[in-house]
Amino acid sequence: MPALDMNEVRKVYGSGETAVVALDHASLTVGADEMVALVGPSGSGKTTLLSIAGGLLSPTEGVVRVGPHEITEYDRKELTTFRREFVGFVFQGANLVPFLTAKENLLVVADLAGKRGKDVERRADKLLDELGLGHRKKNTPSKLSGGERQRVAIGRALMNEPELVLFDEPTSALDSKLGEQVMELIRTEVKERGTAAVIVTHDTRMTHYADRTVEISDGRLVA
Amino acid sequence: MKIAWKELLRRPSRFLTAGGALTLIVVLLLILGGILDALTNASTGLLRAQSAPLIAYGADARDSIVRSRIPVEVHDAIRDVNGVREASGLGVSLLGATVPGRSEPADVAIFGYEAANARVPAPPAPGEAYADASLQDDGVSIGQTLEVGAAAVPVEVVGFVENTNYNLQGGLWVEADTWREILNANIPNAAVAPGTFQAVVITPEEGISPEQLADRVDEQVPEVKALTIDEAITALPGVSQQQSVFSAIIGTTFTVAGLVVALFFALITIERIGLLGVLKAIGASSRTLAAGLTLQAVLIAAGAIVVGGLLTLGLASVIPDAVPLTLGFGRFAFTAFGLVLTALIGSAISFRRIIRIDPASAVGGA
Repeated sequence: MPALDMNEVRKVYGSGETAVVALDHASLTVGADEMVALVGPSGSGKTTLLSIAGGLLSPTEGVVRVGPHEITEYDRKELTTFRREFVGFVFQGANLVPFLTAKENLLVVADLAGKRGKDVERRADKLLDELGLGHRKKNTPSKLSGGERQRVAIGRALMNEPELVLFDEPTSALDSKLGEQVMELIRTEVKERGTAAVIVTHDTRMTHYADRTVEISDGRLVA
Repeated sequence: MKIAWKELLRRPSRFLTAGGALTLIVVLLLILGGILDALTNASTGLLRAQSAPLIAYGADARDSIVRSRIPVEVHDAIRDVNGVREASGLGVSLLGATVPGRSEPADVAIFGYEAANARVPAPPAPGEAYADASLQDDGVSIGQTLEVGAAAVPVEVVGFVENTNYNLQGGLWVEADTWREILNANIPNAAVAPGTFQAVVITPEEGISPEQLADRVDEQVPEVKALTIDEAITALPGVSQQQSVFSAIIGTTFTVAGLVVALFFALITIERIGLLGVLKAIGASSRTLAAGLTLQAVLIAAGAIVVGGLLTLGLASVIPDAVPLTLGFGRFAFTAFGLVLTALIGSAISFRRIIRIDPASAVGGA
């Protein structure tokens, strides 16, 4: 079963003469352990596609499945639960909770999903160790470098063992060397877990880390 | 909720503005309330001391004990009403009393009474009195003989009682004949005949409500009008006006507290929109986020109540005795409950904004 299956998805903002088609009959399938890079210029619909795949937006038309979940008709509450339990997100600039430590930033997503206890703590420690942050887990984001913050964000995305992880320009705030390290880490982490990943990036130097690159232009998927 | 709690612990300075403002509001609320309570206590102690739920005044007294007279036969008629278990007489005279060793006379309210009530034991021997503890501020002590009124009727203080003042004057509880002697000697034109009282406090038998008995007394003894103690308190001159003025000020202050909380959390929500969007994107529900905000508002209010309460106690110890101030548990509890409720309502103003935050705003931004 594919991790993500988007079929003929359209997203239209506004209506009538002011309607803007952000995504136009886009179909995309991502295998269970596949890593797909999504590239395209600004305004091409990358973010819209990522948002729909992650249950942040609902499509105007088409069908979206994540694993066994058909989320197309989910209401807001169902989408919140879905995001909490089945998808991981890594945002631009990490977007960590500034007053929580690295470890607590991982525990937040587990806590939101109602997961607490020693096992959860151990999992957070293990993830941080894998990400090379074992010695930094008690530091708040302000005490971490940009690369370290992004690594914490990756840990947070993986914390609830999602079926799909969505990366929104994960290297845009990093220099190219750090960016490559982070991409390498992403690849290692998702491949080790057999997790599917979609990485939105405008940086074509990073696409070779993905199994496949899909281009998007004017809301249409090109290849 | 955990996030909200940790934010409070780790970034306390962020909440200092709201916490500081609420603390000052708590001090203001407690001082205002304490003054109101002191004034009310000093005006209504006589009535609140009664364990009986009803009091009867003369029908033509317009609900005033001072204007009321209840002669023996009317008193007997009240006793005879079916459902009356006890009907004991009460009289009041407002006079001055000379305290040994003091040049200024103390303002006293002489209460002539027949039976013990909630705060005062059975009447002492003729010529003796239980004094309200507040008279200690005027130099009154046990064993002293006070000279009451211009006629200098001697009364020996044999004990103290608490919270029994009337019309801001210290209560002096004497048996009925001593009261009549003091009244008749000092205010001859208001003299009363033997056996006459100004009011009768009525205890109903079991199975009849005070309201029912009041109606029955009014019907069967047309010379009197029976009131519940609460009605009698409200009828005291100035008491209801005093309470409504203070209540308006206290209510306005609570409203200001609500606005402080509402404005603070509205601003803090706007400031956090980015973070709240990210939390929503990773699966936090609007309900979870709103609960966190409510928790913060309630904890800030609770902190303000504790600090404000301690500050007020400190302040009360340096406020001159001349300023009436009573800080009781009830006032603290009312202020605490009111402030927490106000904080809940104030924080709820930001719920709509939280619900409207779009989780999709977390992606695509810098």
